[in-house]
Order: sequence, then C-alpha cells, then structure tokens
Amino acid sequence: MLCEECGERPATVHFTEIVQGRKSEFHLCEACAREKGAQAYHMVSGPFSVNQLLTGLMHMDPAVTESSAEPTLRCDHCGMTFSQFAQVGRFGCPRCYQAFAPGLGGLLKRVQSSDQHVGKIPRRRGGHAAARRELTNMKHKLQECVMEERFEDAAALRDKIRVLEQQLAAGTG
Amino acid sequence: MSVSDFIQRASGRWLREDGPESDVVISSRVRIARNLEDRAFPMVAAEEDQQRLLTEVTSAAQADEVRKLGEFHMLPMRDLTPVTRQVLVEKHLISPTLLESRVGAVLLRMDEELSVMVNEEDHLRMQCLLPGYQPVEAFHQADRLDDAFEQTLNFAFDEQKGYLTACPTNVGTGMRASVMMHLPVLVMTGQINRILSAVGHVGLAVRGIYGEGSDALGNLFQISNQITLGQSEQEILHNLNAVALQIIDHERNARQHLMREAREKVEDRVCRSFGILAYARQIDSREAMERLSDVRLGIDLDIIKGVSASILKELMVATQPAFLQMFFGQEMNPQERDGKRAAMIRDRLRQDT
Repeated sequence: MLCEECGERPATVHFTEIVQGRKSEFHLCEACAREKGAQAYHMVSGPFSVNQLLTGLMHMDPAVTESSAEPTLRCDHCGMTFSQFAQVGRFGCPRCYQAFAPGLGGLLKRVQSSDQHVGKIPRRRGGHAAARRELTNMKHKLQECVMEERFEDAAALRDKIRVLEQQLAAGTG
Repeated sequence: MSVSDFIQRASGRWLREDGPESDVVISSRVRIARNLEDRAFPMVAAEEDQQRLLTEVTSAAQADEVRKLGEFHMLPMRDLTPVTRQVLVEKHLISPTLLESRVGAVLLRMDEELSVMVNEEDHLRMQCLLPGYQPVEAFHQADRLDDAFEQTLNFAFDEQKGYLTACPTNVGTGMRASVMMHLPVLVMTGQINRILSAVGHVGLAVRGIYGEGSDALGNLFQISNQITLGQSEQEILHNLNAVALQIIDHERNARQHLMREAREKVEDRVCRSFGILAYARQIDSREAMERLSDVRLGIDLDIIKGVSASILKELMVATQPAFLQMFFGQEMNPQERDGKRAAMIRDRLRQDT
C-alpha cells in the first residue's frame, strides 16, 4: 500500500482518528505521518503568531477595551482603521502610529522595554533630533544634580542647556 | 555572471567559511527594517505603489555610497523560477513571506553577505549574514548599508518612536540581531530547557531553526533580541553578547564533561551517524539533520578527523528540497529526493576522506 498523502512512499504508519464520534483511518509513510502529527499538534494547541499575541495583548489592555473611541480611529493617510490594525497587528503606513496613538495605550510599552527611542537617528535630520535628545538628557542630569545638591555642576549644565536651546530655536542646531 | 549562475554557485561565504567561535556558533545575522516616509507598507500598498518603490530602491542602489560597499544585483521575485526562489529561502537570504510578494525583490551582494529584501513586510529589510560569531561586525556592515541608502531615501522616523515599521515589535531601531548556535550537548543533557526559559527573561528569544522549541532539528538554535524600542543598537548587541557568550561557555563545558563521563557512548553515537551518512542510500531531511549534527559534534570533539567542519551548515542547506532539485536539475518526488540526498551526502563526505 502506498502512502495516502504523497502516494510515493510505502505506507508504514496506520492510525485511526476519532473526532466527535467520526472515525477516520490514515495510511501514511513515515515522513508524511510526521508532518501530519505536527499538524495535529497545531490543531490542538491552536495556531500561534506574534500578531495574535499582539492582538491578544490589545484586547486585554483595559485602556483599549474600556474606551469606545478607538474603533472609530482611522488613519487619514492610508485609510486603515484601528479595528483593522487590532485584527492584523500590523500598521498600514508610518502615519498610522500618530493616528492610532490614543488607542495604542500602553501596548508599545508592553511589547517593548519603553516607548522612547534611544537608538540611531537618521543623519539627514540628525542635527536637530540629536540636539533635542541631548537636551532631554541634560535636563535629566540637571535634576539629578539639584537633588544631590551639586549646585556648581547644575549651574554649568543650566548654561549649556540655555545655549543648546537658543541654537535649536535659531535653527542652527 | 547570469542570474542563474549567481544563485547556483553552491554557497555564499557564510556557508563555506567558519568564523570565530565556530565550534558552537554557525552564523551571525543583523537585520534592519526601514520604510519610506508617507508610503503605505507593502501589506496594504497597491501593486503599482510597490512597483514604484522597487524602482526607487533600484535606483538608490546605483548611488556611489551603495556601490562603494560592493557589487550588488537586484533580483525581482517574478523573474526567478519557483525553485530559484526557494533556494534563496533555504540559503537564509530571503524570507518565505517575500516569496508570496508579487513585486518583491532582493538586492544581493556577490558574496551573499549583504542583502536587502524589498517589499517584504517592510519596504526595506537589510541583512548582513556572517559565518561564526560576529554580531557586532554584522551590525557595522548592515549599519553602513543603512547609511548609504539614507543618502537618497527618506526613511520614516519619529523622534519618540524611532524608525517606524509595519509591525510594532520592530519599531525603534528596526534591528534584529541573531546568532545561530549548534547546541547538541545542551540538548542531550536536557539543560537546553533551562536556558530557553531563562533567556526569555532578559529581552531575548531562542527558537529552533528548523522545528520548534527544544525539539529543534539538527540541534540548531537562534538567539535574537525581542526588544527594538527603548534600547540603543549598542545596548541590544551588548545584551545579546552577554547571553550568547554564556551559552557558548555552557555548551563547551557540557561537551568536556560528557567526554569525561561518557566518552564511549559519545564516540559510538558519532561514529554510527557517520557510518549511516557515509553509506545510506535513502535519508529524509530530519534524519540527515540529526546525523549531520552528530558528525559535526564528532569533528569538534576530535573524534572524527579529516572532515571539514563546515559540513553541517553546507549540507543542511544543500540537502533542502529546492536545493537538491536545482543541483540535480530535475523535479523529484519525496522518495527520489531521499535517494539523491543520501547520494549528495555520500559524495560530500568522500571529498574530504
């Protein structure tokens, strides 16, 4: 007897499956049986993907489920709605991030370690973005200095911050 | 060189050479996702928009900054036969997702170390794939390619969220760094399960390359970063490095321990597998992977001498269905494939011994 699945190799695995009272018999070769076995496993455990995990997270997120405003959120640029996004777990275009911001709630924070990018900045707009990041960092440090009563350091930082802010305002950062 | 020559050349450098720490680490890979400002992502974009994007990326690839990095070829999926496409997947140069894209393409450097998938989940997915343990070098190369494209393409970037990607799990750096490891003894001794669960707690993920979880085919595992937002590229690489080095250490210690405690058993297992590979007339891919893993371990433990260590990764790719079909130039049913697979492995072993 040849394998029912591939019809190529001899059937060496024979098994009976009973699903909801219906009995089916299978005669498979070893290779196909293994694949079948894997499929059966997936059927029991359910398919699993990152998207579904994300979708699951969003539905568990009280910030998302409690407010009813999100389903009406829509990205004007590509036309994707928030509920479409919630279903597929993928944005439609870069502008969706802005459009869906109110509905995203803590999702980004939950799947990521924080919601603030600290990595590479494209060189093209590097000047300004890098300066603004530096500014944020210096302000944090300034607060630390004040807390620790290192007022001389704080004063130096304050002056640097002032210069950077002026540069940014003048568009020369 | 024609497109078919380009792909038929048996293997890229990552497959032929060993690289650092190659007794445990097979390869290192860094992938960077980028998208163009204001354009719909490939999943929802109209076909003509995707085509336009492909044209733009093709011309961006002509820029001096990109050409400085080497000779690249753009291979649109629709110009390739189904077998050729599948071979690219088997060589880890494109993803199965790209196969389905009608306007997908891959920009490939001659040595296959650098590549860019166009119109996959994101507009661009740049990849650097190196032999052995070199995640930092892989990052530098991918990063230079990113800089080069950035000269002409306007990437979607937000100061708070970083590089914007189709999936929220890639936003920020858009970077996924991974190392492929051969961990036969951690699997044999069951320690792998502890490691699998521990690694998850530090923002990294481990999974089998073929197969799932600790039932990984050929004992090959990939460790990669999960987090792309809130950590800089350097922090991500640093974390990956810290964990990968520990796993390398564990595997090496476990191997030494095994050799002290159960030398005969290991030798028997390794030599049996070698015998089967050297003489079998039929072998399916699962058994081939298991035996190749044993033989590779035997080479690393000096039980088998005179066989090149790259045999595991070379044959794990070359004995995949599409690769076999391309190599033998004919379509095959599973049984014929098992026969040809056995023949290819026998030939390859004979080359060395």
